Amino acid sequence: MIKLMSKRITNSDAKIALLGNPNVGKSSIFNTLTGLSRHTGNWSGKTVDSSLGKCKHSDLLLADLPGTYSLTPRSSEEEVALDFLVFENPKKTVVVCSATCLMRNMILLLEAMEITQNTVLCINMMDEAKKEGIYIDTKKLADTLKIPVITVSARKGEGIKELISTMESDSTKEVPYLLKYTKSVEDAISALAPHFSNNLHLPERWLALRLLSGDHRLFQKIKKEKGVDFLASDSLSDTLLKETEKLKESGISKEKFTDIIASCRVLTAEYISESCQVRGNTTKAIKTEKLDRILTGKGTSTIVMLALLALIFWITLSGANIVSAFLSECFSLLLKHISNLLTTLNVPEFIKSPLVDGVLHVLFRVVSVMLPPMAIFFPLFTLLEDLGYLPRVAFNLDRYFKKCSSCGKQAYSMCMGFGCNAAGVTGCRIIDSKRERIIAILTNCLVPCNGKFPALTTLITLFLIAPANDEYKSLLGALILTLIVTASVLMTFLVSKILSVTLLKGSPSSFTLELPPYRRPEFFKILVRSFLDRGIFVLLRATVVAAPCGLLVWCMSNVSIEGKTLLLHASEFLHPVGKLMGLDGTILLAFILGFPANEIVIPLIVTGYSALGTLAPDTGLSAIGTLFRENGWTMVTAVNVLIFMLFHWPCSTTLITIKKETKSTKLTVLSFVIPTLIGFTLCILINFVSGLFI
Amino acid sequence: MIYKSLSSIKTGEAARIHTLNISGGMRQRLQDIGIIPETKIECLFSSAKDSIRAYRVRHSTIAIRREDAERITVVPLGVRI
Repeated sequence: MIKLMSKRITNSDAKIALLGNPNVGKSSIFNTLTGLSRHTGNWSGKTVDSSLGKCKHSDLLLADLPGTYSLTPRSSEEEVALDFLVFENPKKTVVVCSATCLMRNMILLLEAMEITQNTVLCINMMDEAKKEGIYIDTKKLADTLKIPVITVSARKGEGIKELISTMESDSTKEVPYLLKYTKSVEDAISALAPHFSNNLHLPERWLALRLLSGDHRLFQKIKKEKGVDFLASDSLSDTLLKETEKLKESGISKEKFTDIIASCRVLTAEYISESCQVRGNTTKAIKTEKLDRILTGKGTSTIVMLALLALIFWITLSGANIVSAFLSECFSLLLKHISNLLTTLNVPEFIKSPLVDGVLHVLFRVVSVMLPPMAIFFPLFTLLEDLGYLPRVAFNLDRYFKKCSSCGKQAYSMCMGFGCNAAGVTGCRIIDSKRERIIAILTNCLVPCNGKFPALTTLITLFLIAPANDEYKSLLGALILTLIVTASVLMTFLVSKILSVTLLKGSPSSFTLELPPYRRPEFFKILVRSFLDRGIFVLLRATVVAAPCGLLVWCMSNVSIEGKTLLLHASEFLHPVGKLMGLDGTILLAFILGFPANEIVIPLIVTGYSALGTLAPDTGLSAIGTLFRENGWTMVTAVNVLIFMLFHWPCSTTLITIKKETKSTKLTVLSFVIPTLIGFTLCILINFVSGLFI
Repeated sequence: MIYKSLSSIKTGEAARIHTLNISGGMRQRLQDIGIIPETKIECLFSSAKDSIRAYRVRHSTIAIRREDAERITVVPLGVRI
């Protein structure tokens, strides 16, 4: 079974690092090796953005480092990867390369080999390479690089056993290939290297190279983590000065220096990889290109994107409706049995009622509403991701994000936000620039998540479209939802632009986007893994967040002061503000109490109106409609509720995630304020304007 | 030798990189993915309003924005067959 535990990893566990470019199938290998048991762990008291997992058939601990193109810390992924290699001292570093793109992948390999002696080259996607007529002479590669070379096809599960045994075996005595630079650079390195002798397993040559490249962050971190201050030495500073002068005299400025380093790496990677492989007709590349012409073309790109979005929504909504209804039935039955059981056990009412009517009721409601859409949306989304389509979305939308001083990768996190805002916030990690990442995080909750869809469709169905045929309801609902979603996307652009001109000023950063070839997704694996991941997330959230909320709601509905329940008191208190926004006190209170979970907002409104002692049961849609109209709802009210549902504070889970990702209270508060302000203003505006005309 | 900017290389055309007139993070990022002088690069397709184009370089497809492509000088190699 899946164990999601925060396991304390001790320093004595043998760690294997998985390093590689993005899109080489590193995570696929990681998942194959660790199976379904994944432990998310902190080690040495630090939180790292890699996944840790125990290898299935051995005692090894695997760290899936973020995909990165180099180990020069310019973005957080590179920092995390480099820091792991330097400070965690892994037993072996497995550099995963794709057989279809060996040349470029080897650039990172060569850099990794300068940092650690215990590297293993793992060439993945051998099956794809074979189809494209690429033949790799692994023996020649191993002889040239003098490190173990394993070929693997993670999809097919081939080569995994050899990989595990290579990871387990002790390092050979062979000295791995070492990249050599031009003479002047090598001279400078040799002069500085002796100053870096250490017992931290850090190669002196590499440290010298880093100093010459001006990587002060590394040395500061070494001083902080290991207490060794290399830069304090006077003789080092003198030598550095001398060598830098010598390089300048040879015409090698700071920039030229990094150019030489990069060129040597690239050209060596080219030389070695070309001498060890034969490439045939790259038919796959041509097929991908043809498909891309359609998917990124002038008229077709937008149509395809909108159509796919509508399709995903339609599948999610119609599928989720059926499953939600079923789960609802099961849960109400379960609730009845539990209630009866407790009565038979003579449990006093003041314990039974809050437990059953408060905690369990809300817990079950949250699960039955949230679980089905999440369990459908995310697997679909992951399928698209695995297919390779999402970078094309970033490609198509880059223009718009560029206008907002952001980048196309914000499209990813925005799409993930449709599933769950918290997941969208985490997804912002792929954005390199810190400024752009913050913009993406702050605007992420402007798009509606799965928790809001049922509420949105309820409102649309009840007040915005005439009662249509049941068949068409789902389809019409999906279409209107797509329209609403498009509107929220436009709002995202607007707010991103405003943020980038005011609080988060800056110009668009360096941006390159890799478009991997289209691959047939591993349907079964993805569906199962995604389904389980999301399922657990929803259950955890329901227990931790929704259950206490249920208790609170019960208290407020059942505790009375001066003859009125707390619920009534609170809604009367909020009534003036609510009326200003075209809502009422009950509605506003429902939103506030719905802070932990947006799914319970509409049920809470029903509860408020019905003065029930518990969260309202799932009555039919028409009953809700009647109830609302009886309480003074007009179409304007519905529109305002819709607007506020779209634009109000992020849910508690998202807020916590934002705090974790940004590590800044200021930004978390900002993420609370921005959507609330937007919703507030829009509601007041609409209420005011409609008051003039109606 | 005629040097042009990468942005003038249209879909279906190839070129050889001459110089990168970009500094800082973007320069290093381009070098990390193998775009250095003498590298062969082909333009595959472009986005709807031509704000970003996809190029084939070292057996992979990389998208580069127009304003960055304008600062990369190349030697055109003609149309690929």
